[in-house]
Amino acid sequence: MLELYPGELNVDKIFSRWRKWGEDKNFGAFITFVGTVREEDGIEALSFDVYEPILRRWFEQWQQRAKSRGAVLRMAHSKGNVPIHTSSYMAAVFSPKRRVALDLIEEFVEDFKANAPIWKYDIKNGERIYAKDRSHPIEGSGLLDSI
Amino acid sequence: MVRVEFLGPIGKEPMEMEARSLKDVAKRLQEDPTLKQWLGQCAVAVNDQIVKSLDTPLKSGDKVSLLPPVCGG
Repeated sequence: MLELYPGELNVDKIFSRWRKWGEDKNFGAFITFVGTVREEDGIEALSFDVYEPILRRWFEQWQQRAKSRGAVLRMAHSKGNVPIHTSSYMAAVFSPKRRVALDLIEEFVEDFKANAPIWKYDIKNGERIYAKDRSHPIEGSGLLDSI
Repeated sequence: MVRVEFLGPIGKEPMEMEARSLKDVAKRLQEDPTLKQWLGQCAVAVNDQIVKSLDTPLKSGDKVSLLPPVCGG
């Protein structure tokens, strides 16, 4: 249910496959979030590092939470460079009815931004620059500096 | 020996060190000037599980990972 791809996502293809899957499973609600790289500050692309072992654990915990509410999560993310006006992130919630899916998509996407082990870089003039000002310390950060 | 890995933008080669707890790792890393800007902002995982105590025990073969501030999506 967690898919990682080199470069930009083929949003239409992933969406169609997910939609078909949800229909076959008899889910009444299918809500997606798609993140697209905006043109700003002269960037050519964004670039991503992903630490897969912890990302998979993080996702699995969310999947269990969704399951306890009768829902299923799916997510796709890019690794490496993603040009402007293409997409790097898709998240989806499937549930029997809308209310759970509407709540979960917000909780899931917000926690993704706060805690998923993914690092973003701007690509400018071919240079890869860590997007430090837009990044957030994971909950519990600073432990090694606390003595 | 435990292996310490520096993820994402830290851009530092992994280190191997003797450590019986995360506190030993913290002391050792605090001596490294290249990590000064990172330690206060990094989360820590032991064998890919985020931990929140310096008393976390370590044994030979364990992997400690430093996770700097994130921004997915």
